[in-house]
Amino acid sequence: MLRALAAGVLVSVGCAIVGTFVVLRGLAFIGDALAHGVLPGVAASLLLGLPGILGAAVGAAVMIGGVSLVTQRSKLSSDSAIGLLFVGMLALGVVMVSGSSSFSGDLIAILFGQILGVSPGGLALQVVVTAAVAVVAFVCARPFLLLSFDPEQAQVSGFSARRYHALMLLLVATVVVVSFQSVGTLLVFGMLLAPAASGALIASRLGTMMAIAILIGVISTYTGLLISYGFNTAAGATIVLVATVIFFGVLALVNVRAGLAARTGLAEEPAA
Amino acid sequence: MSASVLPAGAGTVSPSTDLPIRAEGLAVGYSSRPVVAGIDLVVRGQTSLALVGTNGSGKSTLLKSIMGLIPPVAGRLEVFNRAPGSSAVRVAYLSQAHTASFVLPLRAIDVVRMARFSARGLARPFTSEDHDLVAWGMRTMGVEGLAGHPLRSLSGGQQQRVFLAQVLARRADLIVLDEPTAGLDAGGRERYLQAFAGELERGAALVTSTHDIGEAVEYDQVLLLARRVVALGPGREVLTADRLLETFGILLRDPHKEHAQRFVVAEVAHGQPQVIDVGPEQTP
Repeated sequence: MLRALAAGVLVSVGCAIVGTFVVLRGLAFIGDALAHGVLPGVAASLLLGLPGILGAAVGAAVMIGGVSLVTQRSKLSSDSAIGLLFVGMLALGVVMVSGSSSFSGDLIAILFGQILGVSPGGLALQVVVTAAVAVVAFVCARPFLLLSFDPEQAQVSGFSARRYHALMLLLVATVVVVSFQSVGTLLVFGMLLAPAASGALIASRLGTMMAIAILIGVISTYTGLLISYGFNTAAGATIVLVATVIFFGVLALVNVRAGLAARTGLAEEPAA
Repeated sequence: MSASVLPAGAGTVSPSTDLPIRAEGLAVGYSSRPVVAGIDLVVRGQTSLALVGTNGSGKSTLLKSIMGLIPPVAGRLEVFNRAPGSSAVRVAYLSQAHTASFVLPLRAIDVVRMARFSARGLARPFTSEDHDLVAWGMRTMGVEGLAGHPLRSLSGGQQQRVFLAQVLARRADLIVLDEPTAGLDAGGRERYLQAFAGELERGAALVTSTHDIGEAVEYDQVLLLARRVVALGPGREVLTADRLLETFGILLRDPHKEHAQRFVVAEVAHGQPQVIDVGPEQTP
């Protein structure tokens, strides 16, 4: 249980950091695609008796490579390219898994995670990767901020927009790959988006947004695990559900506050 | 060169050897389809160039090429004697129709601070000079009181002032502005004109695209564009009624007066079209 909490907190921190940029750069769709694209990779490595994380990494790499290839070679928007690859990879994964009858339990584990079954080795890997992601995001804070503001502005300030965009995608892929064991491929995406989106609603600085996202992620993990323990619900899904409920709660609060401000004639006053 | 014997005034723009912009037989456009070809142009320090033409005439394309955001289709283009885009610290750019995402949690001062990233790179901390330039830029554009406000709470005109403050804080040797007066109120326009006249005086070169003929006429050079070079020369010589008609080619007939022909110089300039009569004088 304690190990599950630690794993969940690490997922929250990693997802909050890269999720902030996913939300600001409008990368939600590719984040989703990455989260699902790892499925056939994981399935393949399980069939071959290799560690699932290896397959997940290959799946994420194929997904990123495929998206940039289709976008460059065709006139399709990247949305269509990502959508196609996303469906194709998901279908491939399900076909591979369904071919072997002993696999259905594993499929549930891949999709929804087994946060209660995280190994000490898996936890150690998560610690290292989360720390690495945090360091890279901190070092690249300036180009990432410029990129979120306007890719052209990053380019004319001497930071290659293409290079830092690729680095950003790499960070997202890394977090997705190490998080899927805990919350599952289907739910990594929720942890990537919900806490960061809540942060975007209330923060007026990038660092604040990230801090709020981490806080909401950790609260969701703790609350989700408690509920899951008490009511015997699926742990990963419960955590993501809590994060989503918090997002809509924040959204409602922000709207109510804006409505009240408008009614009492304070709308012109800038938010503190 | 030894650093210890740097001459006094090192780092200032030398007008003859260190040309902000030199273009020869330049064609600009997207994926090797030229939008404008045959551009021959020299912009020196302390001089200004205005690009005048309709939307889609190639103004923004040329500005993006100068910034190194899109490669030239043909010909030569040098910025400070190097390929465009390789002198990031010396060049500032304001893009048109700024698409700053409104979910972006940034305060006005954070936007202006970004100006100093090119000089400080990834990790070097800001110096007192950086903080001074940021404060000066905001003061000059009259937005120092908005420093702590979230960008998304500001009006379009206030945001444009913040973006111009960012350009000022770059303290660049070449300043490239794509329709800088869009959305500015009268006070903002006044500050903008004064601020960038000051930048010229400091030694910077200024390249601006504009719909405002009244502003363009004051520039050292005006380049009239209509998907080709219509004319290039000093504002007062180039901006004639014939050439403007050739550039904009929009004729509006007044339904109440036969033969009265007018053309609209800009589709939208500060909210209202500027109309100049060019037809034969009406005798009532």
